[in-house]
Amino acid sequence: MTKTLRYAGLAVSVLALTAMAAGAQEVVDDQLVVNGEIPIVTEAPAPDYASALGTIRSGWTFRSEDTQMMQADDFDNPGMLGVEAARAAFNSEMGTGGESCASCHDDPESLSTVRGTYPKWDEEHGTVQTVEMQVQECQTERMGMEEPYGYNSTDMINMVALLSSVARGTPVNVAIDGPAEATWKQGEEMYYTRYGQLELSCANCHEDNYDNMIRADHLSQGQINAFPAYRLKDAALVSVQNRFRGCIRDTMGETFAVGSPEFVALELYVASRGNGLSVEGPSVRN
Amino acid sequence: MAENVTPRVRVPSEATAGEVVTIKTLISHTMESGQRKDDQGNVIPRSIINRFVAAFNGETIIDVTLEPAISTNPYFEFDAKIPESGTMTFTWYDDDGSTYEDAHDITVG
Repeated sequence: MTKTLRYAGLAVSVLALTAMAAGAQEVVDDQLVVNGEIPIVTEAPAPDYASALGTIRSGWTFRSEDTQMMQADDFDNPGMLGVEAARAAFNSEMGTGGESCASCHDDPESLSTVRGTYPKWDEEHGTVQTVEMQVQECQTERMGMEEPYGYNSTDMINMVALLSSVARGTPVNVAIDGPAEATWKQGEEMYYTRYGQLELSCANCHEDNYDNMIRADHLSQGQINAFPAYRLKDAALVSVQNRFRGCIRDTMGETFAVGSPEFVALELYVASRGNGLSVEGPSVRN
Repeated sequence: MAENVTPRVRVPSEATAGEVVTIKTLISHTMESGQRKDDQGNVIPRSIINRFVAAFNGETIIDVTLEPAISTNPYFEFDAKIPESGTMTFTWYDDDGSTYEDAHDITVG
């Protein structure tokens, strides 16, 4: 009886705390709801091929509360500045044809299925394409731009952030079978290959040791559902493949280039490990 | 002239008399410190927002001096007591002499 009472008292005080936090901030417990209206799935059962993880977790669940809260409100999310810039670019003329993205696509919201399903097999080019490659294809083949956005340029990252922002809350669901399978297998091979002088594979940190500290860094599962990510230490949006490059550099290895076929394969594989999480970018990370 | 400078403000449009409301402001700005050098080794000249002022019906609420160590896209959040209906004005002062302004009406119902 005493025990029950004590527990009841505890429950009340916990509730009171939660209520206080909810009054001041949008984030309650482990739930991420952007702007109070877009629920984000940050934990989900792992797909079969990533069963070693058990539960897949967005990088958001590994960050400190302050960083988490910045992402819950677009006003506090510095990545949204990039989204705004891209929204202006979306409606402005590019290239020789006098066309803008909006000439074909109306508004960015009409492209809300893109971010969750890319990288994706492209029949016309016979290759797996990332969102960046698709944007470049539009610019050079349809809009007559001689110089498309650079793969890792600010303009490109902003555009991907825009496409990601309109897809927030939709599930990541990249196809790994059919014609994309060979590329996916290549990515899987890379994921488990040790690189660099430190001889580290992606899996050594992000599968075997997630949630542990690597010196001062809290290791996540390396999910990419939340990219582009606004990294507080860079005070800028960072693309997926730029992050890959950073990881391989940190193994003291010679990295692949951003936009290379190797990184496209790795991006497809790593994206597929997050199938079931929500698209979350532009996210805020440390 | 700094490029792509856009002020953003979030203020509640309604309040009760004497209510303390939270105001959030953000301005996109490079905040070049004047300490950095370009590829050729030339110093990149300082270009920052050096002052931020918020006022309600002409009365200053907050007046901030910004220094070069403040990072890109300065963000301010502060509380203000709203005694009556009125207009809250926000002004950012750039090193190059330009000012950026925004204003929001608050109705006390």
